[in-house]
Amino acid sequence: MADRSVEGATSAHEKWFLPLLIWLLPLVTIALGTRTWLPPLASEHGAGIDRMLRYLLIAVGSLYVIGNAVLGYFVWRFSRQGKVTMRAASNKAERRWSLIPIVVMLVVAEGGVFVLGLPVWGKYYGAPPSDVMTVEVTAEQFAWNVRYAGPDGKFGRTSAQLITWNNPIGLDPKDPNGKDDLVLLNDIHLPVNKPVRIRLRSKDVIHSFYVPNFRVRQDTVPGMTIDIWFVPTQTGEFELACSQLCGFGHYSMKGLVDVVSPDEFEKWLHDQAANN
Amino acid sequence: METQAREAESPDAVEHEPHGFIRRYIFSMDHKVIGIQYLLTAMFVAIVAGGLAMLMRMQLAWPDSKWPLLGKMLPAGFSGGVMKPEFYLSIVTMHGTLMAFFVISFALVSGFGNYLIPLQIGARDMAFPLLNMLSYWVALLGTIIMLASFFVEGGAAAAGWTAYPPLSAIKEAVPGSAMGQTLWLLGMALFIVSFTMGGLNYFVTVVNKRAPGMTMMRMPMTTWTLFVSTIIGILAFPPLTAAAIMLLLDRHAGTSFFLPSGLYFGNKVLPNTGGTPLLWQHLFWFLGHPEVYVLAIPALGVAFDILAPFTRKPPFGHRTTIISLWVISALSMLVWGHHMYVSGMSPYLGEFFSVGTLLITLPSVVIGVNLVATLWGADIRFTVPMLFAVALVALFGLGGLGGIFLGTATSDIYLHDTYFVVGHFHLMIGGVTLFGLFGGIYYWFPKMFGRMMNTTLGKIHFWFTFVPFYLVFLGMHFIGLGGTPRRYYSFAKYAFTERFQGMQVEITYIAFILGAGQLLFLINFFWSIRHGRKVGNNPWGAASLEWTAPSPPPHGNWGAVQPTVYRWPYDYSVPGELEDFTPQTVPATVVPVTK
Repeated sequence: MADRSVEGATSAHEKWFLPLLIWLLPLVTIALGTRTWLPPLASEHGAGIDRMLRYLLIAVGSLYVIGNAVLGYFVWRFSRQGKVTMRAASNKAERRWSLIPIVVMLVVAEGGVFVLGLPVWGKYYGAPPSDVMTVEVTAEQFAWNVRYAGPDGKFGRTSAQLITWNNPIGLDPKDPNGKDDLVLLNDIHLPVNKPVRIRLRSKDVIHSFYVPNFRVRQDTVPGMTIDIWFVPTQTGEFELACSQLCGFGHYSMKGLVDVVSPDEFEKWLHDQAANN
Repeated sequence: METQAREAESPDAVEHEPHGFIRRYIFSMDHKVIGIQYLLTAMFVAIVAGGLAMLMRMQLAWPDSKWPLLGKMLPAGFSGGVMKPEFYLSIVTMHGTLMAFFVISFALVSGFGNYLIPLQIGARDMAFPLLNMLSYWVALLGTIIMLASFFVEGGAAAAGWTAYPPLSAIKEAVPGSAMGQTLWLLGMALFIVSFTMGGLNYFVTVVNKRAPGMTMMRMPMTTWTLFVSTIIGILAFPPLTAAAIMLLLDRHAGTSFFLPSGLYFGNKVLPNTGGTPLLWQHLFWFLGHPEVYVLAIPALGVAFDILAPFTRKPPFGHRTTIISLWVISALSMLVWGHHMYVSGMSPYLGEFFSVGTLLITLPSVVIGVNLVATLWGADIRFTVPMLFAVALVALFGLGGLGGIFLGTATSDIYLHDTYFVVGHFHLMIGGVTLFGLFGGIYYWFPKMFGRMMNTTLGKIHFWFTFVPFYLVFLGMHFIGLGGTPRRYYSFAKYAFTERFQGMQVEITYIAFILGAGQLLFLINFFWSIRHGRKVGNNPWGAASLEWTAPSPPPHGNWGAVQPTVYRWPYDYSVPGELEDFTPQTVPATVVPVTK
């Protein structure tokens, strides 16, 4: 088998290349990871999502660093030994090194889900407080139709059959509840620190209501009405994007969420009702 | 271990070698020729799909730029030298579809599966050679239909590789949902038909055609993983065939499986009523998620088979790896909903799928630890296949751990459909698979052609693949963490995406290096077929059965006598033996069996 030594040939310096790279990569990752990536947080439940993300970045990131350190070390340590120094592990050792990672992953991954994840998930998808304000958002290619119930607090009936250029969500003119409904395009106004329920619908394809600063993302599915709720905690203008492929205008289906003080919001709502 | 003698040598087992070029190399029923046909087809499709990726990166780095030359070459996709958004969506869709199904699946499952399974278990051919040939030709037909869809009215499908209706169901929704989407569905259906024919073949071959003494536990890990992934594939793929037919009916026969009432397109309400778009997502991901494992698992098997000869020792945790594979395959069928956390599915289900998904980390990390621990005490040799195998382990680590962010439903609310997802799945079904594929080709090339691929060129190719690959998709994780949504034609419209534009440009440059680096592989591959250094049957000094066959193996693989197997495939460095490897065909009386 003279062939073998030729095929396995490794020059003396080559044993350094791969381990060095395997050690270097986590450093690149950490350097990138210390930058600020998340857009500024502006919602109550978002703090829980950010905590989950930070936990994963640190806990899972540590496993990644340890894994690369070990892999790099093994590759470097056992290169070109000229002989095999430990051929086969005992069954006991193999079982032990299955059990240890299983326990670690159970704690890190499932522990994270149950301790940090589930409470946030439960709140986000749970019932909103009773004083919640409802805003309906009907997505279409490539815009967001925003509807407020108006002074009566009731939404009027809609029907796809009634959709026209001037009546983009198909409000039924015969329904008195709809008389004072306020319909806007790509423009949501919300009072700060008040719970808001967004009632999501779609006219055509699946879109996704995505406000990065709020850590809110929910698909809008034609034929379904899906409610989500959250509490904006910062005033300012926040970008609303679509995050489910919906056609050629997907990348530019932009809306704005303007979070203002409750007083300003009441004034705005009043002015809008007066104009309506 | 009691060996199981099998009646593998029926009188017609050694069939006559076919004569004539066409029967031998084109309409061949020889598993080796079919395997290489799959590999070559995958390479061709990879050039197309890789080119699409380059176009995507170009557009994302420099949106609104004019490319007059490309505009002339691709008049349907460009307008005044600027790429059209609908064309961008077509190339996104086709890049994903072609790479997952027509490159990785073709090469890794069908290519390696066909070529290696009979050689690794000591069979003369597949159980059903005619079905095998048919599988390839159906696959090729599917490929041609997929590629042809670029040239029809409206262009290729543009609803993403996930093809969610109503976008994929209604031709007014996006230009690609005209003829292009129909061809996409036909192509996918043919792919699944072909995969099922191939998969049944691999399954029956592994179960029935093993050489005397080749017990299941004596099969090399490549065959083991192909066996497991074939079972997953056969169970998971049919629902998508059904879904594809239902979607075709929705598109052309007026049914409403996926279409609810009140859909409003082109200033009119569609007559459909009663369907639900979520049904498609369930059916699609019931295939789509296991598909990830169908692709990734064989790459892990290849990694084990490459590590053994280049560490000169048996892999760590052979038995726990096989148990983990079965656990992964069972769990993989139960977690499809983790792609649907924010789809409108019940949040109770979301949490169920989250807990189930993270259970997969347990067997996965066992396999990862076993791969790393295999290096302990080894005598590592940095051959080209070994470089790819070690890099595969590193990618598996980063990709697997990144998956925890997405499997956790709470963090997925924020990360879903961002570039974090794009980065993650490229590491797993792009990276682990690609590195398994490259490692495997460099490793088995001498078996396929009796010649060695050029080592220097191979090592340069490795460095030009691993470093840029890692950086491109690591970077995507971070811009995803920054909230950047996927499938965007341009990031210029939003402040929260525009802030990463500089990084988009960097990623594009690195991706171009990655793309260019692959030319080295193509040159090396085709040059070495004719001009590579000639080597013997077992140039690596490997112990598994395929290395006892001649290189390249003749029709029927084994000459007059089918081999008998006496040991597992990893008897390296048996204490007291002169040779540091013991082929599986060496009787226990000559060299003691260690497992």
